[in-house]
Amino acid sequence: MTAAEAIAAILWLALSAYTVLAGADFGGGLWDLLAAGPRASEQREAIAEAMGPVWEANHVWLIFMIVGLFTAFPSAFAILGVALYLPFTLAMTGIVLRGAAFAFRAHGQEAAGSLAPWGAVFGSASVIAPFFLGTAAAAVASGSIRVPGGRLEPAFTAGWTTPFAVVVGLFAVAMCGYLAATYLTVETEDRPELQADFRRRAMAAAVVAGGLGLLALLVAWVQAPRLLESLTGRGLPFFVLALLNGPLALWAVWRARPRIARVAVIAQVLFVLWAWAVGQWPYLVPPDITLAAAAAPAATLDALLVVTGVGMALLLPSLWLLFRVFKARNPAASA
Amino acid sequence: MDNVAIARATMGTSLAFHIVFAVLGVGMPVLMSVAEGLGLWRRDPLWTQLARRWAKAFGILFAVGAVSGTVLSFELGLLWPRFMAFSGAIFGLPFSAEGFAFFLEAIFLGLYLYGWDRLSPLNHWLTSIPIAVSGAASSLFVVMANAWMNTPSGFQLGANGELIRVDPVAAAFNPSTPTEDPHMLVSAYVVTGFLVAAVYAAGLLRGRDDPLHRRALTLGMAMAGLAIILAGITGDASARFIYQAQPAKFAAMEGVYQTQRGAPLSLGGIPVDSQHRVLYAIQIPKGLSWLAAFDTNAQVRGLDSFPAADRPKPAIVHLSFDAMAGSGLGLGLLAALFWLLVIRTRRLPRSRLLLWALIAGGPAAVVAMEAGWFVTEFGRQPWIVYGIMRTSQAATTAPALGATFAVFLVIYAGLAVTTARLLLLLATRARESASGDARGARRDRPVPG
Ligand code: HDD
Ligand code: HEM
Ligand code: HEM
Repeated sequence: MTAAEAIAAILWLALSAYTVLAGADFGGGLWDLLAAGPRASEQREAIAEAMGPVWEANHVWLIFMIVGLFTAFPSAFAILGVALYLPFTLAMTGIVLRGAAFAFRAHGQEAAGSLAPWGAVFGSASVIAPFFLGTAAAAVASGSIRVPGGRLEPAFTAGWTTPFAVVVGLFAVAMCGYLAATYLTVETEDRPELQADFRRRAMAAAVVAGGLGLLALLVAWVQAPRLLESLTGRGLPFFVLALLNGPLALWAVWRARPRIARVAVIAQVLFVLWAWAVGQWPYLVPPDITLAAAAAPAATLDALLVVTGVGMALLLPSLWLLFRVFKARNPAASA
Repeated sequence: MDNVAIARATMGTSLAFHIVFAVLGVGMPVLMSVAEGLGLWRRDPLWTQLARRWAKAFGILFAVGAVSGTVLSFELGLLWPRFMAFSGAIFGLPFSAEGFAFFLEAIFLGLYLYGWDRLSPLNHWLTSIPIAVSGAASSLFVVMANAWMNTPSGFQLGANGELIRVDPVAAAFNPSTPTEDPHMLVSAYVVTGFLVAAVYAAGLLRGRDDPLHRRALTLGMAMAGLAIILAGITGDASARFIYQAQPAKFAAMEGVYQTQRGAPLSLGGIPVDSQHRVLYAIQIPKGLSWLAAFDTNAQVRGLDSFPAADRPKPAIVHLSFDAMAGSGLGLGLLAALFWLLVIRTRRLPRSRLLLWALIAGGPAAVVAMEAGWFVTEFGRQPWIVYGIMRTSQAATTAPALGATFAVFLVIYAGLAVTTARLLLLLATRARESASGDARGARRDRPVPG
């Protein structure tokens, strides 16, 4: 494995962590927005409680990906910045408003009383961000960003405004909701009624996400044949795992096995991401930019690997501590 | 406006916004850690109460800092793709290190803010230390990247302008780093110290003369007093370094048009390009030459000796520099006066005039810091990477830049207003619960959804 490939793999792991962790925080926003029924405010509280201590750390995976990408693959970063200017700007707006609104509510609530407008901002921004990140991912995966001879074709709507991208964007939102609702069934194990609420939501999200996932494949068959080829080529093992695991996760949610469901839905996200990644290997932005072509000079890659090694040695134990303190058992304080 | 102008305006606004929260992210953890540590050591719950109160406010400030910082990392690619395509491999390393510092800061902040009841008091206090350390580290790392833009090094250009012999470690420790990094770090403590002092001076002025206010004011001024001395020393070193490394920036800072020996120091005044001189300035003969090189006859290169296309705008740079150095001087005198009175009378000064001066000190420190960044950034123009790449070559070709700029102005305004409102409400609320009367209880609202 070359240094560039190693760093690409690390960045994909970071993307996986971001999707599994921050994705659930976006999903929390979705369920905040859709909170309903007699326990609506308990639902919102459970979401805020689950997100509070961890969302800022979860969010940093994104920063890590951005700086890693521009350090290790600067030319690809520049091309994505131009080609996906609009969806990235929209996603960024969602991310900013989501984070700020959550913090305003969480830390300012007792001072300001109801911050209802920020509540609505929190919910809707949490949907906007994954949707546009999803469309941007679809643009890359479908091979719509063309860079013949190293020059970007100036088409600022290419790839992310197609029906395929829209379906993928919605799929991303649904997956976030699925992740969040499933985690929340674990976090509310001591509150059966609330847990039942989230279980129903997880079921709904699973069905919607599954449907959208299959629809995406169907649309890709027409619109993005190259993606389908890569999924059924190099990416086949993960693709098959994703197809097999989907029903398993649904079963676990349905039969109220929260902990199994949590593992299964995380696996589902990882299988989808890795089917995409392995499928398009060795391309970073298919079909014109390979990892090797976009890679920074060797000295930079080596230094980055060293910094990442040292950084992870500090980071992983700290993360473990964070999750152990707040997620190990059911929060006793939640009574 | 063309794309370059909009991109510059967007970037500058975002940075000027972010930096206010960022410096608090560097300084506040130190104050919280000291207060909580004193509470543990002296077994004095009042100190702990102070730390808790600051932690509440900091929860909001940190989040706004984090989201505005996220905007910046996107904007590097969205606004300056060509700059990043060129520079990413060279100066990306400190950014990556900064990423880990953010991680640690966010993780331990989560433990700190939500861990009051889950960690033992000692462990809780211990979590404040990595927050303070990684806050300082993130400022050092990110300013390394900025220093590299001022004195690019750690690479060579091949025959076709391609990068060869890239050495990212040498780039991180470029010649500007030893002066810019310390100056930025201590400035963060200057700003935090004076802002905290200003808040509690306002409380004292309104008659809230309780131990909590007195301690908070003392702690803020302790930080501010130490840091302002260091800010002067490190700033002076920065200026001397720029005299050698970025002569065009130096000439603009000081409003020097003609190259001359024994150059005078111009305080204030308005540089007028058409007349090639600074109008209405107070001039100290030979002062500049002496400050720049400890030699009253040293030569100072003037703006006129640079091609017209390579000159920064002296009006902005000179006035910003004077705003920074002037505020710095004023703040230094203020801190000296404050501590002199404290030492002489062994109690906090209650003079209304001094309290008003302390209130003004908070905003003045922010102005000094923003002005310092204006010196750095406008003084580097027209280069984005000094001497290597022009800002005008670096901007994106994407459409709809103006619309995104407008949207972000609205977002920043909304964030600023809400943050200010919440901090005020937090303060009011803390006061009511501290006074322990029924009024506070009555205002208790059920936690809304
Ligand atoms: C509270 C803040 C504060 C105070 C009191 C001062 N500064 Fe400053 N200064 C900054 C805050 C700052 C800053 C915002 O933090 C900058 C911008 C870039 C940097 O590294 O620090 C800066 C930059 C900066 C630069 C440009 C560095 C560059 O472009 O590389 C110079 C020459 C000085 N300062 C000099 C001074 C002097 C001579 C001061 C004496 C009184 C002074 N500063 C006080
Ligand atoms: C370490 C941190 C920083 C980095 C890496 C950085 C980087 C940049 C970049 C890439 C640009 C655009 C290109 C250019 O105009 O040359 C820029 C412009 C600018 N930055 Fe910074 N900056 C930093 C800190 C700051 C801070 C804290 C401020 C606060 C006031 C600031 C103020 C500005 C302004 C006003 C501009 C526009 C300059 C112009 O149009 O002439 N910068 N900066
Ligand atoms: C002198 C300039 C800067 C200093 C001292 C600084 C410092 C900090 C600090 C201390 C934080 C932690 C959040 C907080 O406490 O509010 C932060 C957040 C952040 N900053 Fe800056 N910053 C500077 C400029 C920049 C620039 C130029 C960028 C990017 C290009 C940037 C990107 C970020 C990001 C992405 C975060 C969020 C990290 C998170 O999610 O927790 N910063 N910054």
